Amino acid sequence: MPLREPGIGGGLFYVARWRFLLMLLVRKELRVRYRGSVLGIMWSYVKPLVQFLVYYIALGVFLGLNKTSAYSIYLFSGIVAINFFNEIFGNATRSVVLNADLVKKIYLPRELFPVSMIWVALVHLVPQLIILMGGALLFDWRPGPLNLLAGVVALIIVAVLALGLGLLFSAVNVLFRDAENIVDLFLMVGTWASPVLYTWDKVYAKVPHWMWVIYQSNPLTPAVELMHYCFWYPATHQSPASLAKAVPPNLALWSLLSIFICMVALAVGQLVFARLQGRFAQEL
Amino acid sequence: MTVNSVEVRHVSKRFTLRHTRSLKELAVWKSRGRDLTNIFLALDDVALSVRQGESVGLLGWNGSGKSTLLKLISGVMRPDQGSIGVRGRVAGLIEVGAGFHPDLTGRENVYLNGATLGMSRRQIDRLFDDIVDFSGVSRFLDTEVKFYSSGMFFRLAFAVAVHTEPDVFLVDEILAVGDEPFQRIAVARIQELCKEGRTLIMVSHDLPMVERICERGIVLREGHLEHDTDITSAIKLLRQTDRA
Repeated sequence: MPLREPGIGGGLFYVARWRFLLMLLVRKELRVRYRGSVLGIMWSYVKPLVQFLVYYIALGVFLGLNKTSAYSIYLFSGIVAINFFNEIFGNATRSVVLNADLVKKIYLPRELFPVSMIWVALVHLVPQLIILMGGALLFDWRPGPLNLLAGVVALIIVAVLALGLGLLFSAVNVLFRDAENIVDLFLMVGTWASPVLYTWDKVYAKVPHWMWVIYQSNPLTPAVELMHYCFWYPATHQSPASLAKAVPPNLALWSLLSIFICMVALAVGQLVFARLQGRFAQEL
Repeated sequence: MTVNSVEVRHVSKRFTLRHTRSLKELAVWKSRGRDLTNIFLALDDVALSVRQGESVGLLGWNGSGKSTLLKLISGVMRPDQGSIGVRGRVAGLIEVGAGFHPDLTGRENVYLNGATLGMSRRQIDRLFDDIVDFSGVSRFLDTEVKFYSSGMFFRLAFAVAVHTEPDVFLVDEILAVGDEPFQRIAVARIQELCKEGRTLIMVSHDLPMVERICERGIVLREGHLEHDTDITSAIKLLRQTDRA
């Protein structure tokens, strides 16, 4: 056995070796979150349903956005993606500070804390996806393989982006607690900065081209659009010719760009996290 | 041939005493530059090596840098200068019960804490009964840990820690809690670990106990390594130096 320097992990790649602990951390997080609660995990059905109803009534009915066919599916498929993003990003940002006790006393790859939040969010995502599919089936949803692939890619984009940003902000949050407030702002804007509640063509018609480019460069925008392509578009039964109106131009290219941006975000997040984590124990 | 388990190569560690956080403080900090009185040197050019199977007591009064050194060896903190090498798996009993969660049951905490200390699922499964027997809290295994008395909590946490089978075992002031009978079996268990050829580095203010467990003593004073000798002489030397 060679002499080895303690306190140096292999970053994200090392996390796989700690699968068992990762699983226990996820279980702990879920257990702690629903301690002393009668409904328990059922809350992850209730909250998005209420959220959906509020948006549907306020925006769909009162503001008349439900002229979009199958608006309820349109709305909910976007909400599911954004909720997934918000939960990972928000929780990951706070994860290191909340686990200060462990970070200060025992060495383990600290990336585990942000990463575990993906799995926690996944546990909450599944019931929402089930509701979404159930709803879509009411509209006689018949997705093709390409639609389903789009849905999977959308969720991967969301998870990778949220993890990258989560790593970055969780590390910064140790030094400056301002980070979690900044993240809260991001999350607030996030729902409105992608076509979750309204349709993309409203933005396309209003803004100059360079702003459209910025709008589409936010990886969440193509992710939400891919979710629409997966769940909403096959539920509207439009003629193939109308696809151009339902889906923004060059969605596939924008999706590829999003994947690239997410990878960059993940690399930057991991780099900053690795740089700062040597200081975690003494700053907390 | 004996090999080194731990090598501490000219390690220094500084701490910033007062942290600048607000905008105003940051502005002042930027304009005046780093304030040197604000820096505390916890360890100053400390070098030592520990052979495999050795049991070493780190001695020194409060603030001498013992715990910092232990944290550097465990990897929780990184040195500012110098480097550290460790052979094999390190398990730190830096603080018993770190990694225990009050809302989880005793059983869940055994798994969580064991995994945190680097054990695999198979290892914990295999040692689970030993851990529970050792702790003597088997009746309360499915009770949340927050309802435990502090003694029960400590015993379970200690039981997990001494069953982690590490190559290098770091112990920081952990035997202070626990009643006398439990302390006795705890010490016996630590001695057993030493006999198995595991390396032990221990910090405690309970000097008679350190003397019973350790062979070698290292005296730290204000971040400097002052003496490195057998445990009995080290304790004598420590007692001669009045605290600064």
